[in-house]
Amino acid sequence: MTAAETPPPLIRMEGISKRYGGVRALENAHVEVAPGRIHAILGENGAGKSTLIKIIAGVVAPDEGRMLIGDREVTFRSPAEAAAEGIACVFQELSLIPDLSVADNIVISNPPHRFGMIDRRAQRALAEEALARAGAEDIHPRAAVKDLPLSRRQMVEIAKALASKPRALILDEATSALTAGDVAKVFAVLKRLRQEGLALVYISHRMHEIVELADTCTVFRNGRNVATFPAGSRSNSEIVQMMIGREYSNVFPARHRRPVEAGKAPVLECRNLGWSDRLRDISLSVGEGEVVGLGGLEGQGQRLLLLALFGVLRGMSGSVLVDGRPVTINTPTQARKPPLSMALIPEDRKTEGLMLPMTVRENLSFAALDQVAGGGIIDRKKEQQLIDDMVRLLEIKTAGLDAPVGALSGGNQQKVVIAKWLMRKPRIILLNDPTRGIDVGTKQELYQLLRRLAEAGAGIVFYSTDYDELIGCCDRVLVLYDGRVVRELKDGEISERALIASALNVDEGQEGTAA
Amino acid sequence: MSETSESRVSIRARLPGFLRRADPAVITAFGCILLLLLLGSLYSSNFLSPDYLLQQLKVASFLGVVAAGMMVVILLGHIDLSIPWVMTTGAMMACAVAGFGNMGAVVAIPVGVLCGVAFGLLNGVGVAYLRIPSMIVTLASNVVAQGLMVVYTGGFSPQDSAPPGVRWLATGAVVPGLPNAILVWFAVSLAMVFLLTRTAFGRAVYGIGNSERAAFLSGVGTRRVVMTAFAFSGALSAFGGVLLAGYASKAAQAMGDPYLLPSIAAVVLGGTSILGGRGSYYGTVAGVILITLLQSILSVMQMPEAGRQIVYGIVIIVMLLLYGRAPPNR
Amino acid sequence: MSEWRYWLNEQRGTLTGLALFVVMFAVYAANHPAGFTANVVHTAANKGVLLAFVAMAQALVVITAGIDLSVGMIFVLTNCIASWIVVGAAVPTALGVAAVLMVGALCGAINGLLVIYGRLQPIVATIATGAVYFGLALLLRPFPGGSVNETLADALTGRLFGVVPSSLVALTAVVLFVWLPFKKSIVGRAAFAAGSSEQAAFMSGMPIRRGKFAAYLLGGLLAGMGGLFLTFFTYTGEAAYASGNAYTLWSIAAVVLGGVSLYGGRGSAVGAIFGAFAARTTGDMLFAFDVDPLWQPLLQGIVLMIAVSIGSLALLRVRNRLDWFQ
Repeated sequence: MTAAETPPPLIRMEGISKRYGGVRALENAHVEVAPGRIHAILGENGAGKSTLIKIIAGVVAPDEGRMLIGDREVTFRSPAEAAAEGIACVFQELSLIPDLSVADNIVISNPPHRFGMIDRRAQRALAEEALARAGAEDIHPRAAVKDLPLSRRQMVEIAKALASKPRALILDEATSALTAGDVAKVFAVLKRLRQEGLALVYISHRMHEIVELADTCTVFRNGRNVATFPAGSRSNSEIVQMMIGREYSNVFPARHRRPVEAGKAPVLECRNLGWSDRLRDISLSVGEGEVVGLGGLEGQGQRLLLLALFGVLRGMSGSVLVDGRPVTINTPTQARKPPLSMALIPEDRKTEGLMLPMTVRENLSFAALDQVAGGGIIDRKKEQQLIDDMVRLLEIKTAGLDAPVGALSGGNQQKVVIAKWLMRKPRIILLNDPTRGIDVGTKQELYQLLRRLAEAGAGIVFYSTDYDELIGCCDRVLVLYDGRVVRELKDGEISERALIASALNVDEGQEGTAA
Repeated sequence: MSETSESRVSIRARLPGFLRRADPAVITAFGCILLLLLLGSLYSSNFLSPDYLLQQLKVASFLGVVAAGMMVVILLGHIDLSIPWVMTTGAMMACAVAGFGNMGAVVAIPVGVLCGVAFGLLNGVGVAYLRIPSMIVTLASNVVAQGLMVVYTGGFSPQDSAPPGVRWLATGAVVPGLPNAILVWFAVSLAMVFLLTRTAFGRAVYGIGNSERAAFLSGVGTRRVVMTAFAFSGALSAFGGVLLAGYASKAAQAMGDPYLLPSIAAVVLGGTSILGGRGSYYGTVAGVILITLLQSILSVMQMPEAGRQIVYGIVIIVMLLLYGRAPPNR
Repeated sequence: MSEWRYWLNEQRGTLTGLALFVVMFAVYAANHPAGFTANVVHTAANKGVLLAFVAMAQALVVITAGIDLSVGMIFVLTNCIASWIVVGAAVPTALGVAAVLMVGALCGAINGLLVIYGRLQPIVATIATGAVYFGLALLLRPFPGGSVNETLADALTGRLFGVVPSSLVALTAVVLFVWLPFKKSIVGRAAFAAGSSEQAAFMSGMPIRRGKFAAYLLGGLLAGMGGLFLTFFTYTGEAAYASGNAYTLWSIAAVVLGGVSLYGGRGSAVGAIFGAFAARTTGDMLFAFDVDPLWQPLLQGIVLMIAVSIGSLALLRVRNRLDWFQ
């Protein structure tokens, strides 16, 4: 089928608007999803993609506009009504019930039943069929979801969506937690579903995935559909320009490598670090002013390594040294104190970095309470001064310091998290995918900040799922695979090709289909 | 929709500063107090007399001291069900110690409070370090405290009377006409407001109540804060018990039982979220006065116990429906 | 082979409760002067069955991540009602039993409505409703009194075939005809899901409100059964505040001992039954050891404290400290 022969759309959204308080998530948005096509939706966070999906899925209702399935106008008042129309969604936030089994979860919206009692045998059969269809036969239907690792849970999510035999399947960043093998399987499944005539909507930040899968692309910006075009008809930089509306160049500040003083011990070093079976024999060292990146596919141990260095994990083998001296870090309280002076920007800012209902002021000073409160009593003047410095330094945009931090945009929230730690003037900064879900403008500011901090002498460990960031910001990159460091790339060696190859643990010469 | 919220905003903007920043729940609670006084005055003009009001405040002080400790624990997102018998233990131990001559009278109060601290630490270690849900740890320590007191008293009412110092504290009046108990409550309240708003500990308590995970990752010693909070609650419960013993001239079996549910209700009616992380101490004060007034009005109306219980329950439900509701799901 | 492994994993909490009870009862029976006889079992069963009913009621609510601090008062209220109307010939008695159970269910339903539609927090809502239910009980029985159909009472508190305590039979019947159907039904699964992750359950379109309502209603019903049985044992109705309070608090202990998670989503009413019997047996155990009754409350408290600490030992072995925080 060529692009010209697109069948009539299955789902049509016209003039959709949605406002949350004063924020316009969607403004007169429109999109058409055809059956037998994979339709990719791109856009920065805050562009409206997630809200659009939630409206299609019946989770939220639009303020204005209408939605048509086929030729019929529909309004969904609940996810159940959307499901009844044959729309299945796989969200970013997992929708599985942790204490129930895989089989229970797969049939959850419509379990096979007789007189109100659930038919467990039929349920089991349905679950096994759905798991097979999703390419996840290794998962046992009776396993409790909470005992499964994230990648398995995401596969269960996909199986669950498929079990309802949908007409339309929507995936919102559904592959973010999957292993390489799973990603390949899921792509095969999606292509097969496309052939079977399903309408597929695929949201992802990953260009190479979109290149491989999509038939049509739609770019969203500021709640509006700015362009829809056949896949492959625009270049990557054209697409990015549509997303951000400005020139895509010189994203990263230039790196001036500090000359390493001979004989000086690295600011942070770990030797043969091991934990459970998720971290194996990891050795790394970070010098003063160095930015060391962690690369590799998700779930290979990068996040755990940062937690291990920060004192969150117990039962570690191997050793950690700061300034050449071995240390045992048992809690974050210990890690952040001088002379260690470590800081960790955590994975999920909403649940691990901030207390959303508390004010910006309270959040900003939260990690430095011991410094602003001599003898336990808060010195308000000192607190105000430190806070003002940070707000200025990071250009945090907020309606007021006493506004709840939950009202800030994602980018500004992340700035608050970083500011909170910078208040302590840390020497070692660990960052756990800090730019995830952040708008491009704030990302630029963060890259500049990191460069400045490195130049001031901090040792930085930077985990990112974005290859461009690793290439642009880091002096060295350690690629992890299955809990081990499989490759160390320096300076010019750091390229997308090298990163992907090492991430998949293949030789650079022989790459698979992943790029 | 936006029009009404805009007009609401502009009304708020015209209020004096301190009312604008106040928690709507606290204002509602104080409003309800005024309403109750009004209703009571319709029944009998005595209700608005200073004597009666002071008497109410005096009775409220005991609940107030206990509720202050309960509030700190609830702000963390936990609960302290050991209040009844920790109060009793504090009271009985204070009275027991007082029997040992001059020295005894002096150390009676500290000993009583220390007993409370001991149980509080037990609770705190269980919750913070052993990660046992607070409901069950404090329940168990309540039973242990009861068991200890049963052994100590042999099952009978304790014979020791409260030391004179404590009796003076509970029933005397430094300022003529103003019962000491109210001053004690006032002092405790000042300390609480300071603790919650001006100290790192207070900030940490609110932070932990909002997200213990984020507080932990920020390097705050969450376990120590939680343990200290329970120790604090135990201390205040025991202190409340000691005061109560002073009021009644001696301790009694199960003297703390009538204080558990009212202290939880007082904290919640004052706008503190039972899930933690949110709440103002002024609200707790309002909640305590509210509950005390309610119980007193019912008793003055000479309503039989049955009717009192029913009205008490219904009033709490109505007030919770007014401002204690969780936001709707969508 | 691996199917068994999954089943064991699912029933972990209940099996722990069972183990706890078996150990305690074995010690008790071994040291009882009369040993493991039908009489001893009968007395123990009768003593434990009241708490077992109330604990089952609590378990149902706790599974939805709620708590019911009024179960003890529903227990007392239904006892008082029963002492008025479960009397006379067969038909009035049967109607009386039905009415008592309906009142229990109604109390549970009121709790459910306040929590689900009123969106009140369970802990405070049930404190308030508990006061109301107790007030009603006090209206009915300002002083202990009343009577009950003694034939029925003796039958249900006696023994079947001279060996099996009827109260245990009644308990088993409740498990078979109330708990199991609930657990296997869609509504029951929704209750578990609501306790495990209400957000996810909502997004999956489950009937959460119906599930929670059913849990609260059935909880009230079971507490009502407990009250009914109390009337069968004592032949009277009494509005005893201390007793109601004690049953509420011990039902929470029983539920925890029986492996039901206070956070919701996990556990079984059967586990709660074992937990209740375990809790009761501690008292009896001490009696069998000839411990001075003065020391019994203290030792009971210590045993409870140890039992709940053991349950949390798993969390101590956690290797990622972030797992401490839900």
